Amino acid sequence: MNAPVKIETTLKDWETDQEVRWCPGCGDYAILKAVQRTLPQLGADPKNTVFISGIGCSSRFPYYVESYGFHTIHGRAPAFATGAKLANPDLDVWLVTGDGDGLSIGGNHLMHVLRRNVNMQIMLFNNEIYGLTKGQASPTSREGTKSPSTPIGSYDHPARPAAFALGSGARFIGRGFDVSKNLPDVLKAAHAHRGAAFIEIFQNCIVYNKDVFNDFAAPKGAEDQQLWLEDGKPMLFAKDTKGIALNRETLSLEVVDVTDGDWEAAGVIVHDVTNRSVAHMLIEMPFGPFPMALGVLYDDPRPTFEDAVIAERNKASEGKEANLAKLLGKGQTWTVDGTAEDPV
Amino acid sequence: MATAASLPQDGVPASPDAIVVRFAGDSGDGMQLTGGQFTLSTALAGNDLATFPDFPAEIRAPQGTLFGVSAFQINFGSRSINTAGDAPDVLVAMNPAALKVNLAALKPGGLIIADTGAFTKRNLDKAKYDANPLEDGSLAKYDLLAFDISEKTIEAVKPFGLGNKDALRSKNMWTLGLALWMFDRDREPIHEWLKQKFKSKPEIADANIAALDAGHAYGETAELAGPLKQVHVDPVPTAPGLYRTVTGAEAVSLGLVAGAQLAELPMFFGGYPITPASAILHHLARLKEFGVTTFQAEDEIAAICAAIGASYAGQLGVTSSSGPGIALKTEAIGLGIMTELPLVIVNSQRGGPSTGLPTKTEQSDLYQAVYGRNGDAPMPVIAACSPSDAFEVAIEACRIATQYMTPVMLLTDGYIANAAEPWKVPDPSTFEPFPAKFLTEKNGTDEEGNATFLPYKRDEKGARPWVKPGTPELMHRIGGIEKHELTGNIDYSPDNHQRMTDARKNKVEGVKVPDQEVALGETSGKLAVVGWGSTYGPIHQAVRRSIEKGCSVSHIHVRHIWPMPKNLGDLLRGFDHVLVPEMNTGQFKTVLRDQFLVDAQPLTKTSGQPFQIAELEAEIAKFFDDIPGNEGGQVPANDQQLPSTEGGAK
Repeated sequence: MNAPVKIETTLKDWETDQEVRWCPGCGDYAILKAVQRTLPQLGADPKNTVFISGIGCSSRFPYYVESYGFHTIHGRAPAFATGAKLANPDLDVWLVTGDGDGLSIGGNHLMHVLRRNVNMQIMLFNNEIYGLTKGQASPTSREGTKSPSTPIGSYDHPARPAAFALGSGARFIGRGFDVSKNLPDVLKAAHAHRGAAFIEIFQNCIVYNKDVFNDFAAPKGAEDQQLWLEDGKPMLFAKDTKGIALNRETLSLEVVDVTDGDWEAAGVIVHDVTNRSVAHMLIEMPFGPFPMALGVLYDDPRPTFEDAVIAERNKASEGKEANLAKLLGKGQTWTVDGTAEDPV
Repeated sequence: MATAASLPQDGVPASPDAIVVRFAGDSGDGMQLTGGQFTLSTALAGNDLATFPDFPAEIRAPQGTLFGVSAFQINFGSRSINTAGDAPDVLVAMNPAALKVNLAALKPGGLIIADTGAFTKRNLDKAKYDANPLEDGSLAKYDLLAFDISEKTIEAVKPFGLGNKDALRSKNMWTLGLALWMFDRDREPIHEWLKQKFKSKPEIADANIAALDAGHAYGETAELAGPLKQVHVDPVPTAPGLYRTVTGAEAVSLGLVAGAQLAELPMFFGGYPITPASAILHHLARLKEFGVTTFQAEDEIAAICAAIGASYAGQLGVTSSSGPGIALKTEAIGLGIMTELPLVIVNSQRGGPSTGLPTKTEQSDLYQAVYGRNGDAPMPVIAACSPSDAFEVAIEACRIATQYMTPVMLLTDGYIANAAEPWKVPDPSTFEPFPAKFLTEKNGTDEEGNATFLPYKRDEKGARPWVKPGTPELMHRIGGIEKHELTGNIDYSPDNHQRMTDARKNKVEGVKVPDQEVALGETSGKLAVVGWGSTYGPIHQAVRRSIEKGCSVSHIHVRHIWPMPKNLGDLLRGFDHVLVPEMNTGQFKTVLRDQFLVDAQPLTKTSGQPFQIAELEAEIAKFFDDIPGNEGGQVPANDQQLPSTEGGAK
């Protein structure tokens, strides 16, 4: 993207006249507001902003943002976004997907948009359930999830969206949850990252999978289970009484107690957003003994796909003339003279 | 084709008006290359021509096996050629398997050129021959010219220090050299081509040139008894101008580039490797200076979705595939129809269903093209009839897509994609441009008289405006959900859905297509033979011959499959009978019956091979008992598949 001109807008400018049709109390409302609050802070330009989504509750999102929007088909939003971005790299693309849309039917496309590193923000709303089709277990549902399609409880192992993204080659992994006041900061960091920025947003489906994230995302009393990561800062949580240390013998993370704020003595490590190995361990921390790692887990940009495509096109076109007449008459040709009659 | 009178039973005439040669060998023998270069020399000699490459699906099938045989047939002549020819006059067999697979096609009295060096016990076993057919007299009804091409090639390239295995790779060039002598051709262009091809390995170029020259010299100097004699085919009287050979895949690619230029749009091509459609991706990938972006996607679905995404952002989105890949794209095609964005989908048809016959040709995706989507999802469909026609059809597809804001399907097939023919290079300055228009200002007013933007307000053609993201004041949302007929906002109301369904249908049915003309014969009469796609050539020749015999028969070739020309129904009703030859089980016949309530009769073939002129001629003859000298016979009953596998061409 060329350096975009910052545009002054307000939250209101990003609201459409469409009635929002999510269930009352749905976490999507909070995410929508967080995005609409973030866009003015970014100086985003509505005419250059495009929200592209697949199918599912989350994918209704574009209808509610006053910008360009494309509600596509199930799982394929990354492919549409890739085409749009290659056609016009100046567009500021936000991709909206869910756990079913992005990891089940669209897992392939999500993998490839991440490995290609197409410059866009990818928000995956993870509610661990199929909401729009009335509550079936999803690829992120925990084992034992009872649903209409798994009446005795699900038995397949859940996918971890952030681990999938990192494994696919993502260079930015952010995490947040619907009602978190920190969500706009994660979105801003994602937007500042040049390349495919993957953000897993835990979202509360109050109808089909209510409060599954309460252990760390409950509106009150769960703060101690949140590890908000900041680059260059020690990994502290629970009002700085606990921290994350690296066990050098097992090469794994562990929770340590921090006394009187002396985190160095406790061996707490400092977050380096470019450390891919630690990012992987943070993503994989088993919740329960560990807090939930939130914020910017990983951020280490590399060249984007559209830059590579443009560079290749320029290189291939160098010194060549786009002359159609010459192109048509290329190769081994021969000339027929005279005024012979047309062939029969 | 040479007529029966000019072609004696005992060999190839010295100066025929057309001749058919088939090169057959192992898939590793380089037969397609040999055929391609022979085609070029034929074109340079001023003959008209048509070719048919026929190769196995396996990249390198086990050597010497029957299923590993690769063949290339060319029909060339001193008059207009429309097909690759029926029965070859000359069969070049590089090994026993090639002889076995192709012998049945050879004309009685035709010439076999065989490499005795490859007729070893081992190769004979692999081809399941009990005895060597070159020696046991089983080829008595043909002219046979058998000698050790392998040995002669090794001899010719000896000075270049190649091992036996590498030396034998030049066997195809030796054979080509002989063929060039046989048909009185200039070797120079092939020399040039070899030098160019092996620029980085001059010793290989030299070895191949030596083999080529040795083959040529063999024909020239050897004391050959009987069958091998030089044949001269006169140049065809042709309209003056610049010519080149072109395959269907090349012509489609060039037509798409031309179409995008005429629409004044950059082109985005999303593709995924599939036979036989990949060639289009390969061609376009080398044309970046024309504003072409090629994107090899992760799958067929992503290829079309990315193309739609590019169209959404203001480029001309194009995708291409073959039947199974088109099936995967179907949902996205529906979204293209629903959001009314331009898109060109090229379907290079192959034998189906499922994986089917990837390298063989068929026309069996017609239903898929016209009907194959969920919901009422109308889409224009047009079909190319030959490699050069594919150029014009591709431009037409771009025009319809951008002018009517709709996906368009362009049907070719494996035969058109791979076959080559001479092409009079068109002059782009004669093309009519159709610049795409993007809306940049509000196009409506609300009740209070304020300017508003209505993304689905239609023009006189029924097309909605195209608005690029990035356009100020025109932000809007589109998607696959039914939308309000003007604002595009989600609207499930019954009346609105009725009106939107009608609007989509009327738009596509209203696409302007030229009136149907008769390709050959009168505009009314006893029999109309109606074809579409690559059956053009054999139908045209069969009808021409039947007319010469005095039959009241006409050839009608339909390019616009959907919507059809408005006058087509009346035209068909002017004939007593309508016969529809197709390489499927009768799909176009069904569409014709449905659209016009005409008693269209099917004539179908699904052997993976194109129709032969003779078999079509015989079917036409069944309608004309009263013509002297005609075989006569029964008119086929409805829906009977003819020719059957027993009765049909092999």
